[in-house]
Amino acid sequence: MGVLLLKQANRVLSTYAADVSGVCSALYELGGMTVMHDASGCNSTYSTHDEPRWYDTDSLVFLSALTEVNAVMGADDKLIADVTETALSLRPKFIALAGSPIPMITGVDLPGVARVIEEKTGIPAFGFNTNGMHSYLPGVSRALAAVAERFCGPCERDAAPSVNILGATPLDLSVTGTAEALRGAFEARGIRVNSCWAMGSSLDELAGAARARVNAVVSSSGLAAAGVLRRRFGTPYVVGLPFGAAFSDAYFGALREAAASGENRSPARTDAGEGGAPIFLIGEAVYMTSLRAALRAMGRKNVRVLCPLECSDGLLSPDDLAVSAEEDIREALRDARLVIADPMYAPVLPGAAELIALPHEAYSGRIYRRQIPVLVGSALDEWIEEKRK
Amino acid sequence: MIDLRKTDPGVTIAEAAFPAPFAGTLEYASPARGPWNIVHVGMLIPESRQIFACAEGCLRGVVLTAAEMGAMDRFSTVAIEEHDVLDGDFEEMLVDGVSDILNGLQEKPRAVLLFTSCIHHFVACDLGYVYGTLRRRFPDVDFTDCYMTPILRQTSSPDALMRRQLYAALRPMAPDPHRANFIGGATSPAASCDLREIFASAGWTVGDITECKTYDEYLAMAKASLNVTMIPSAKPAGEELERRLGQRHLYLPVSYDYNEIDTLLCALTEAIGAPVPDTRAKREAAETALRQARGTLGGMPVALDYTATTRPLGLARLLLEHGFTVSDVYADGFTADERADFDWLRERVPSLRVRPTVHPAMRVQPRDHTETLAVGQKAAYFTGTNHFVNLVEGGADGAGLWGYDGVARLASLMADAARTEQDTRSIISVKGWGCCC
Repeated sequence: MGVLLLKQANRVLSTYAADVSGVCSALYELGGMTVMHDASGCNSTYSTHDEPRWYDTDSLVFLSALTEVNAVMGADDKLIADVTETALSLRPKFIALAGSPIPMITGVDLPGVARVIEEKTGIPAFGFNTNGMHSYLPGVSRALAAVAERFCGPCERDAAPSVNILGATPLDLSVTGTAEALRGAFEARGIRVNSCWAMGSSLDELAGAARARVNAVVSSSGLAAAGVLRRRFGTPYVVGLPFGAAFSDAYFGALREAAASGENRSPARTDAGEGGAPIFLIGEAVYMTSLRAALRAMGRKNVRVLCPLECSDGLLSPDDLAVSAEEDIREALRDARLVIADPMYAPVLPGAAELIALPHEAYSGRIYRRQIPVLVGSALDEWIEEKRK
Repeated sequence: MIDLRKTDPGVTIAEAAFPAPFAGTLEYASPARGPWNIVHVGMLIPESRQIFACAEGCLRGVVLTAAEMGAMDRFSTVAIEEHDVLDGDFEEMLVDGVSDILNGLQEKPRAVLLFTSCIHHFVACDLGYVYGTLRRRFPDVDFTDCYMTPILRQTSSPDALMRRQLYAALRPMAPDPHRANFIGGATSPAASCDLREIFASAGWTVGDITECKTYDEYLAMAKASLNVTMIPSAKPAGEELERRLGQRHLYLPVSYDYNEIDTLLCALTEAIGAPVPDTRAKREAAETALRQARGTLGGMPVALDYTATTRPLGLARLLLEHGFTVSDVYADGFTADERADFDWLRERVPSLRVRPTVHPAMRVQPRDHTETLAVGQKAAYFTGTNHFVNLVEGGADGAGLWGYDGVARLASLMADAARTEQDTRSIISVKGWGCCC
């Protein structure tokens, strides 16, 4: 039995939202039309488990309803005709196509299809070669980077402090108040939120991203867009989330430094700290390294991040682990005494370990949504205090 | 170009084609989640474990289905990655992945439902080799080949295929001449169902997978000498069992036509040697319930959908014949069983509106018909009403509705719904209604 196979079999663990959902989630509020090129299933999975806004916000997210015959015959004209007809009727601000496993196997050129659709409709169109075999993070990342490339133009830079929040989707932040708390935290420090990519802002607001003096990358899916905005407009970025009162001071200090110097900053990049039984944080890299930085600022030691998702270089410290296979996670947690993670990781914890539940929408979907806390600013301190009881 | 935001994509039944009233295009998924999916159906086999082998994106929906129904202890996955497509080692991957999962369990399941996906079909994975190897490797485990292949949906209904494979592990047993099964339904017929009464009167016992608590009880369904199916997607299961185990199959479809109900009841009595029932009292009870419901509704329009019953046109006809106001039937297509009702409605009520549920325009249609009474979750969602009968696949409150008893019960539920509002949103958001709630 090969090691490779061991890493692809999950006996008890869940799975993260996929790249195609990431594209849909990132573009959800921007007035476009996103089409998942798939037979069936992607749409109900996305709308049920990955998209908490589905019931209340009528975003144009559809399925191409690919059939075997059309896949085998390479009938891209059917996709083009259906998307064109619907787009001309609904007049979205843009069109996005996101692929799934079978279009990958049959080699559908979605960027090429998008160019044809754009010519036919006059509506900006993107094709993302997602395939359902990666997590949501590359999907969000590519969608936001495409917006930054295509829609953002030069603007007069704000004189006063201002920020774009990059990489904010319900998959990482849910809809329990974190996005609003983030805005509030910036505003409370006199920093105007120019736009939030992409919760609570319009496409026009995103298009004016160059006005902001600095970009705040709040998940690893915001890094690519930050890179584009850096290249195109020279805007520096700061990576992290302002969790906990103590770390928030450091975070906003870094933000001011970045704005002043034009250099990027990563205030969440800290080491695990030596001493004591290990505390493991499982989840998305920016979120969890920020939580680690906050815990370290509160005096905790030996706090290690276990990232089961795609992770850009430089986000994790050498003490951290980037593993995703169930057996690897079990092994990594062998000596853990305290684990902060989504409750669906509970089955792989050693018997002696305590779990502090920190549900992650991209992992457990809507199941534990009501328990997803807001950790921005001093809310983390209160959450920790509550967990101590 | 038509502005879909301002245009109702629906058609009158006079304009509608049969069986597909709407042309295929992009599709929208409404948030009504009550109908069961392949995970819910598969979980009906006690002491079994499901293993899905597919891409992460496809796994997500089924994993969280299992999680939401509290069944993660019976669920595992093998994720297909890009390199697998390039390496072409799908057979080895399936065998080793499943073996790895089973070897790691403290206790082996009695049965494994292994679901392969569209990718396996496209790369021509040798499933015969896979199952043969697994059966040799784990002789105490019954393996059933199951499929999550929506790309084949036009040639092979995933729902019907799942309901057929649900009984694939049954092996021949000595038949009991007075034992029958209800096959393929997510909800067992109500205790007061006309069919159950006939079976009881003839001294027959009737089993149903929904009532099996152990794997042995499930296997004992093979003792039955007669299987009854009531919905089109269960028919292939009944036919397959007749072919494989010699169990007689009787298709007694849900119907809202009194004459058809009588004919179906006669077919059952003939099959089991029971006396032909006098249905006059039952018919009168159904009529009374309908009269009372109509009085309670007092002209309130009724909207129906295809997830509530496999025969929404038949139900619409029954209601219209009894003086109800039926405004809309939500259905993307019709089953062959609906032909006669379709023709009747076309002729007698040509203005009846048929509306799609997956057409993109349905995303932007107003949902403000709050004074409508909906039968079915999709009708409730699209009308925006809180007056609705939570009928899913012909079952409500854990009991399948069939025949005169079903009509009377449904009429009673409609009267209740007219009087009392429900929290539509919270109810229709539950996936697989009735599987664990």
